[in-house]
Amino acid sequence: MTGLRDALLSRDETRLPGRRDEDWRWTDLRGTLRPLPAVSDAVQPLAAFDEPEGVQVRRFAAPVTAGTFDASLSVAAGETLWLLDRVDAGAGAYARDLALDITLGEGATLHRLVLAADSADAVSVTRAMVSLAPGATFHQTVLATGGKRQRIETAVAHPGAGARARLDGAYLLADGRHSDQTTILDHQGPGGTSEQLIRGVAADQARGVFQGRITVAVGADGTDARLKHNALLLSDRAEIDAKPELEIYADDVACAHGNTVGTLDAEVLFYAMSRGIPEVEARLMLVEAFVGEIVERIGPAPLQDAARAFVADQLEALRR
Amino acid sequence: MLHIDNLHVSVADKPIIKGLTLDLPAGEVHAIMGPNGAGKSTLSYTLAGRAGYEVTGGAATLDGEDLLAMDPAARAARGVFLSFQYPLEIPGVPALTFVRTALNAQRKARGEAEIGAPEFLKRARATAAALKMDFEMLRRGLNVGFSGGEKKRMEIFQMALLEPRLLILDETDSGLDIDALRIVSEGVNALRSEGRSMLVITHYQRLLDYIRPDRVHVLAAGRIVASGGPELALELEREGYDKYASAA
Ligand SMILES: Nc1ncnc2c1ncn2[C@@H]1O[C@H](COP(=O)(O)OP(=O)(O)OP(=O)(O)O)[C@@H](O)[C@H]1O
Ligand SMILES: [Mg+2]
Repeated sequence: MTGLRDALLSRDETRLPGRRDEDWRWTDLRGTLRPLPAVSDAVQPLAAFDEPEGVQVRRFAAPVTAGTFDASLSVAAGETLWLLDRVDAGAGAYARDLALDITLGEGATLHRLVLAADSADAVSVTRAMVSLAPGATFHQTVLATGGKRQRIETAVAHPGAGARARLDGAYLLADGRHSDQTTILDHQGPGGTSEQLIRGVAADQARGVFQGRITVAVGADGTDARLKHNALLLSDRAEIDAKPELEIYADDVACAHGNTVGTLDAEVLFYAMSRGIPEVEARLMLVEAFVGEIVERIGPAPLQDAARAFVADQLEALRR
Repeated sequence: MLHIDNLHVSVADKPIIKGLTLDLPAGEVHAIMGPNGAGKSTLSYTLAGRAGYEVTGGAATLDGEDLLAMDPAARAARGVFLSFQYPLEIPGVPALTFVRTALNAQRKARGEAEIGAPEFLKRARATAAALKMDFEMLRRGLNVGFSGGEKKRMEIFQMALLEPRLLILDETDSGLDIDALRIVSEGVNALRSEGRSMLVITHYQRLLDYIRPDRVHVLAAGRIVASGGPELALELEREGYDKYASAA
């Protein structure tokens, strides 16, 4: 599917996806890996991290040069799992392709938090393929800080049948970083709901990308699918690209999507400053509040705490 | 305390304040009245340091320090507080968090120790009680979903906790019901002290029944065109601003 893995394994640079590929037009990998680094199993040491309690934690170490990784996970029928996937940063220019399979049994519940850190020079693609059984609940929150190119893709096969999916996310980008969150939500049967809320902030010369495609297949009648992306530009050299897409082939479908890109409200900033809060602090306070809504939607407290800590660390990077 | 000397201010290249001179001694309360569009809010924003309010001439000093050279946060740390005519909403920032952040930022700027959460909460509770505010409301996003009157009360709540030295109240009475007007005025009067001065902008004599001014000024077309004692406000209430239209 993705060209990064193909390119790395075949050692053929022309297989890298680039801006001519519709789904990769804002995440051009061409020319970012020249020459293609050699694939090996060698990984970088994991950064220190306090693992929250009551949560299954998976750590994905960064490769030394280039690496392809796979992992799968299933939540049995009726079970509930809190999962934290930490994609570790490592140092230097590495290329990583991470493919994850997630299966939820009937009536199963999965709360998944993805903390995606990459180095400033990394080219990193993480793809999750999620398959839901009837009555399953899947809540995901992706927090990303970008790389040279960073793509986090989530594809959900949604059977309808009372299953619920929520795909939330936030990106907080400084310097020249790039981050792309792409979701593909496939409503395949009747009576399904899905909801997505993505918030993004791009400072300096950073670039944030959000692509959300919702398809409602023939027969998936009564589907309710909602998607919202709001982003803030913190500098006039930063860039946000967003593309929500709806393809509906069923009847009686409620679909709503919204997309806004703005800047911090100068009047609100002045109000905060007039109370004694210095400009830098006032900006960070408003950014934190903007992204905080994503964090507050996370149900399980240990996951919410981990998310809040991750955001707080990244706000420090925006301070500079 | 506050000296404004021949101040000229333009907004979007349009002169709004045109040679305004005003002296506000420490411990005094001065009312500013004047027709719509006279420049009252422009004067308050200029004193608070809002961007886009370009000072093209004159000076404003607070205890001898050049106020106009400081950024808004530095002015606040020196004790300037503007109660906004239209307070802003900040979703996602609870009112309590906002005020505590502001208070500690000011204290830090003045080289004072921060106030810890328990002490702050204690003060906040007492202040909210005095202003008859629902404390739970203070845990919600600042001013989000508040009525116009509740927002004004929130301004006074912030003012009471920040303990500024120069208070500028821009139409704090507008939007308040009769009870709220009394409660808010009591809140303001509680802050009256020797070291504290107030500029009270209003259209209505009613507020000045509660907050008795030492002096009343008429601001018309960007200048102070008349000054007097509290009786001037009564006269304006009777006769309107007609006779100042020519003076302006
Ligand atoms: N951003 C702006 N651009 C152009 N003109 C402005 C701007 N802001 C204010 N003005 C003008 O400046 C003048 C003074 O406005 P200001 O808000 O200071 O009046 P005010 O005395 O507070 O009136 P009110 O009693 O209605 O509150 C008005 O004519 C107004 O239209
Ligand atoms: Mg006004």
